[in-house]
Amino acid sequence: MRTRTVLQQDDIQRALTRIAHEILEANRGASDLVLLGIPTRGVLLAERLATTLEQLEPGSATVGALDVTMYRDDLAAQPTRTPSPTRIPTGGIDGKTVVLVDDVLYSGRTIRAALDALNDHGRPRAVRLAVLVDRGHRELPIRADYVGKNLPTSTTERINVHLAETDGDDLIAIATPDAGDAA
Amino acid sequence: MTELRHLLSAHDLDRGTAIAILDIAEDMAEVATRAVPKLPTLRGRTVANLFFEDSTRTRLSFESAAKKLSADVITFSAKGSSVSKGESLKDTAQTIAAMGIDAVVIRHGASGAAHTLATSGWIDAAVVNAGDGTHEHPTQGLLDAFTMRKSRHGAASRGKDLTGLTVTIVGDVLHSRVARSNVWLLTTLGARVHLVAPETLLPTGVGSWPVTTGSSLDEAIAAKPDVLMMLRIQQERMHAAFFPHEREYARQWGLDDARFAQLSPHTIVMHPGPMNRGLEISAAAADSPQSRVLDQVTNGVSIRMAVLYLVLSGTSTTAPTTTGGLRA
Amino acid sequence: MTILIQGATLPTGETTDLLVEGGVIAERGTGITSAGAQVIDASGLQALPGLVDLHTHLREPGFEQSETVLTGSRAAAAGGFTAVHAMANTFPVGDTAGVVEQVASLGAQHGYVTVRPIGAVTVGLAGERLSEIGAMAQSRAQVRVFSDDGMCVHDPLLMRRALEYVSTFGGVVAQHAQEPRLTENAQMNEGELSSRLGLAGWPAVAEESIIARDVLLAEHVGERLHICHLSTAGSVEVVRWAKARGIRVTAEVTPHHLLLTEQLVESYDPRFKVNPPLRRDEDVHALRAALADGTIDIVATDHAPHPVESKECAWAEASFGMVGLESALSVVQESVVDSGQLDWSDVARVLSSAPAQIGLLEGYAAAFEVGSPAHVTLYDPSARSDFGIERLRGKGINSPYLGRSLPGRVVATLHGGVPTVLDGELRPAEEVARG
Repeated sequence: MRTRTVLQQDDIQRALTRIAHEILEANRGASDLVLLGIPTRGVLLAERLATTLEQLEPGSATVGALDVTMYRDDLAAQPTRTPSPTRIPTGGIDGKTVVLVDDVLYSGRTIRAALDALNDHGRPRAVRLAVLVDRGHRELPIRADYVGKNLPTSTTERINVHLAETDGDDLIAIATPDAGDAA
Repeated sequence: MTELRHLLSAHDLDRGTAIAILDIAEDMAEVATRAVPKLPTLRGRTVANLFFEDSTRTRLSFESAAKKLSADVITFSAKGSSVSKGESLKDTAQTIAAMGIDAVVIRHGASGAAHTLATSGWIDAAVVNAGDGTHEHPTQGLLDAFTMRKSRHGAASRGKDLTGLTVTIVGDVLHSRVARSNVWLLTTLGARVHLVAPETLLPTGVGSWPVTTGSSLDEAIAAKPDVLMMLRIQQERMHAAFFPHEREYARQWGLDDARFAQLSPHTIVMHPGPMNRGLEISAAAADSPQSRVLDQVTNGVSIRMAVLYLVLSGTSTTAPTTTGGLRA
Repeated sequence: MTILIQGATLPTGETTDLLVEGGVIAERGTGITSAGAQVIDASGLQALPGLVDLHTHLREPGFEQSETVLTGSRAAAAGGFTAVHAMANTFPVGDTAGVVEQVASLGAQHGYVTVRPIGAVTVGLAGERLSEIGAMAQSRAQVRVFSDDGMCVHDPLLMRRALEYVSTFGGVVAQHAQEPRLTENAQMNEGELSSRLGLAGWPAVAEESIIARDVLLAEHVGERLHICHLSTAGSVEVVRWAKARGIRVTAEVTPHHLLLTEQLVESYDPRFKVNPPLRRDEDVHALRAALADGTIDIVATDHAPHPVESKECAWAEASFGMVGLESALSVVQESVVDSGQLDWSDVARVLSSAPAQIGLLEGYAAAFEVGSPAHVTLYDPSARSDFGIERLRGKGINSPYLGRSLPGRVVATLHGGVPTVLDGELRPAEEVARG
């Protein structure tokens, strides 16, 4: 397995700052933004985005977490997942613009599960999607509204996202199996 | 995360798995507060309730849990069925399994019946023990632990065990599967358990259990335990000379109004139900703010949701071909 | 038929040839030759006198789906037995001359082993009134052992009368020692494990109290008493005390109580459900020591076949009992011979001469002597294999040893000079029946 780093700490911070600006621009003047991170790293990214938004335009957004474990369609195909808490900010999501935040967009199935989960919590005015990395290979008609970096990959590769809060450092790397490795 | 193939006994649960179940139950409890209090998790899965012994409460609790997770539920009650005509556990289980099921919730009068069903190779489904003879009732132990943790830690319960908690269990420990499941699980979670009963209703070899024992309820109350759990006393025990009659039992080991008045205000009162009001517990005690009896019922659904989720998820559950369902 | 057994090792350790002719040991020594004799090469094999089981359930009449006299006889022969005592808990119960004669004649007809019926002590095993003990004793079956096995003769007055009345006909009462009130609905040994597993306990005191009472009754009336399947260290102490006091008591232990403990019940596998139940490790060790020092006189199998459905169910719903004829010798070797507590002459005593003596069965007092009936078992103690279902030759497959590695293999069995097992295989029924 070979690993190459594709985004450093500065790159990640710049990407998040740009996404924050784009969100504000698209929702000009609005104060009804709800950022919902998808556990685990999506929650951390949502909190970073919220911090940036707060600096740019105080009071524009609230932040929470949306667990999608119980909405997945691959229950028996994966090792048992432990759900994480869902935190919906005070004020709920009815009539709000919800921005779902995740680290990597791949097949789109996690976002499909998130949309179902969201539906059980209320009825937002609009739902947007922000991801740090879009690596392609979509299996569902889902696209991101805000993308930190498009990283074309092969399906045999793996994207490793490190965030300081859980991994000690900020970086994104692509792991490629060596020729002859079992996929 | 520990894979849970079956849930057969609380004795077999390690601390990590037990806490994981309690934590997932916290999430399940939260679902009840939502606009749509239901999850799609087990869509396309079928859960069979096999109740060889009557227990409306436990059956309804499991049914409710399965339905809140969008599973299909089929219920089999022994009363008036082929079991009363002598059909065996094996035949019943295989018949139900042939209809295509993913999990079996079994209540049976014979100790070890759930274990036998899970290990015999008769069926492929996940097995959840909903009470087997005088052996165990693990989901009751879990819901009791959940209720105690919630009383102690409130919203900050997640990830915590029961270290430091003192629990006194009173009554017919000998015949109680609830008491057994509680003893193993609560001590695994770090609680200190004290059993109070006449010698006739304490099991042989209880001295080797990780508990203390006594015969005086008044002394136990004076020790100000965090939890006082009253067990149901079954009338038929009187005929086998375990104690003389119910009035004597109530005088010695019943939580009557006088004893309830002596109870420390921080002590919570629990009972697995159904209660014999006026026998092991007075109406005033059962209905008091210190009582957690209704919380136990509510929490039972959350715990059973968590258990059904766990036994039906994970790669260890190989898909039986009969379901034709969503398994990959 | 003339058979020449070459180079067998007798229980005494002596190596010899044996010429079997006319159903008896015709010649004994080295270098025997006999033209036309069928030769069995017994070099490296342990020769034992034909084994005698004092406690077998053949199930016929009434429970032929579990076992018949024929299938049970074949299981016995495969295990190296040449005589079995068939318990009376059949349907109808063996409490009349008619039933016991039927069982005995079926046994004689098939010829694999000598089948000695045991008569019921009380009518229908109900423990209320004595059965026709005299008629059974004087019948063609010549019953000498009487037992309500499966049920305890718990009424003390009835037990006293039984001891006295049975002795009138030279017989002995074999008591199934189980105080019924102390063992209502009992499922396994009472102790820490039964409490944890939620299975109703079968306390040691329920066995020991009956044995204590009965040895005192035997002393009081001055008669013989035999205790079936001792299972606890306390029972050993009681019998040891009684023997020291001169009371005429004999005692048996089953192979499974010499090897297996209650820990196996943790699996809730009904193959391990038996009555009396498997006990603690310390009981197993006390039983082995008692067999070695003579406090326990014999090993008897309590072979109890059941149909598959009786064991394919929840523990509490399963029948009590294990098959044991085919595995007995291997289990005895594993539990007490390989540990050095018994040698092969002890095995010959506890599995042949002593049970024959207790049951007043003739022909076993002078094994391997010229002129004695040729009841011979040739056994290979050096073999070791996983005990598989193919070793079970009766109808029952409820063996607790399936999948367990056990030593030894029965190579040949001769019943009164007739080979019933050769090269480890049962001989065909019609050949055995011809004799």
